[in-house]
Amino acid sequence: MATHPVRLPDDLFGLSHLVIPGGESTAISKLMYSSGLVEAIKDAIRDGLAVFGTCAGMIILASEILGGRDDQVRLGAIDITVARNAFGRQVNSFETQLSIKGLDDVAMQAAFIRAPVVTRVGGDVDVMASVDYDFGNGTVSVPVVCRNEKVLVTSFHPEVTNDSRLHRLFLNDF
Amino acid sequence: MFKMTQDSIERTSQELVTATSRVKRGLAEMLRGGVIMDVVNADQAKIAEDAGAVAVMALERVPADIRRDGGVARMSDPVLIEEIQNSVSIPVMAKARIGHFVEAQILESMAVDYIDESEVLTPADEAHHIDKWAFRVPFVCGATNLGEALRRISEGAALIRSKGEAGTGNVVEAVRHLRAILGDIRKIGQADSAELYAWAKELRAPYELVAEIANRGELPVPLFCAGGLATPADAGLVMQLGAQAVFVGSGIFKSSDPAKRARAIVEATTHYKDPAILAKVSRNLGPAMVGIEMDSVDLHMAERGW
Repeated sequence: MATHPVRLPDDLFGLSHLVIPGGESTAISKLMYSSGLVEAIKDAIRDGLAVFGTCAGMIILASEILGGRDDQVRLGAIDITVARNAFGRQVNSFETQLSIKGLDDVAMQAAFIRAPVVTRVGGDVDVMASVDYDFGNGTVSVPVVCRNEKVLVTSFHPEVTNDSRLHRLFLNDF
Repeated sequence: MFKMTQDSIERTSQELVTATSRVKRGLAEMLRGGVIMDVVNADQAKIAEDAGAVAVMALERVPADIRRDGGVARMSDPVLIEEIQNSVSIPVMAKARIGHFVEAQILESMAVDYIDESEVLTPADEAHHIDKWAFRVPFVCGATNLGEALRRISEGAALIRSKGEAGTGNVVEAVRHLRAILGDIRKIGQADSAELYAWAKELRAPYELVAEIANRGELPVPLFCAGGLATPADAGLVMQLGAQAVFVGSGIFKSSDPAKRARAIVEATTHYKDPAILAKVSRNLGPAMVGIEMDSVDLHMAERGW
């Protein structure tokens, strides 16, 4: 599998799969607008490009963003609502073990770093993993891996561990 | 064809663990390719976020003003840090003096996202850096060479930056420090197993970290650049040399048009290998900060720390 970084619209040429990784969604938004990537990625998704978004990538792909900036990119490629940084500041960043539907039985180590919280999931979205989390009003189940036909999103960072099972699933099943 | 499945998700019992090395270093990983900007108040923080900064660094005075005014430079007033935290949604870092673990405790209690144990402030301890493993908040520390970087990592730093010479607008020291760190990493990559012990002795660093570098070919934590960056070309230079992100201090808010220069440095850091884009964003930025030639620098901040 050949890979290359995407910084400009021309870099999308010939791609079957795109990863929008972690980072700051506000900063990524500025650079996506100034480079012309917003429209280019929207067009490519319409033409069948599969996209995997982690953390900031999840926010950018979502249909609704809470706690975002008015000028940030919202591609609306998966019907979920996400609240930015809603697990709290860095002192609240955490790791946990996840069982993920569609993978084998071995739990995945998952790092959540100033992560977004999925607060609503649309009818055509499959929740593949959740965490039980107490925001102060008792424990609730928060979706952390979601997919539709062409879009996979995680609120954690598979890119900071050596476990590539979700990347394999993305390549084989999307 | 993708089909919705309705079977319930089976779970193991979930234990949530905070403040691990992975989440501490992980936040730094997420800032790679970005620009972290020094700010002294909420207005500057908003300008930084608007320009596309990936984080802001709260401090009492920018380094150029510390040089000009002298006196003891300390942690910011907590009110200013809180105002900055409330005004932006990106991570907020703040500086503590070298060895001043109580300033660090205060910053941790305020839930800043990263603490910079910084030579830009006046050191509080002439022999000891902060024991950074004792904190839940991750630390960034400056280094002028690989030995210093490894000593800071052994004390718990989750991110290393070059020191450069802050507040001078002169990138030469940052280049020296980056080349020193990256050059020695390349040499260690060629060393045999016996030579690694000699490297550990020469660098005054733990053997285990030297062996890890030989194995990985890079530091176990990200390496960013700081100290004296003033132009988009400076950002391109240090990124091409191997920095993974840049800190810009006085270079933005001591220039004639901070918002425009901040945007240009963000673009330059992303497109650092593309001279055509660097040329485009470098146009009409107005005067950069004046800058100081190293021979006329009286206060060498980079010599603080050990």
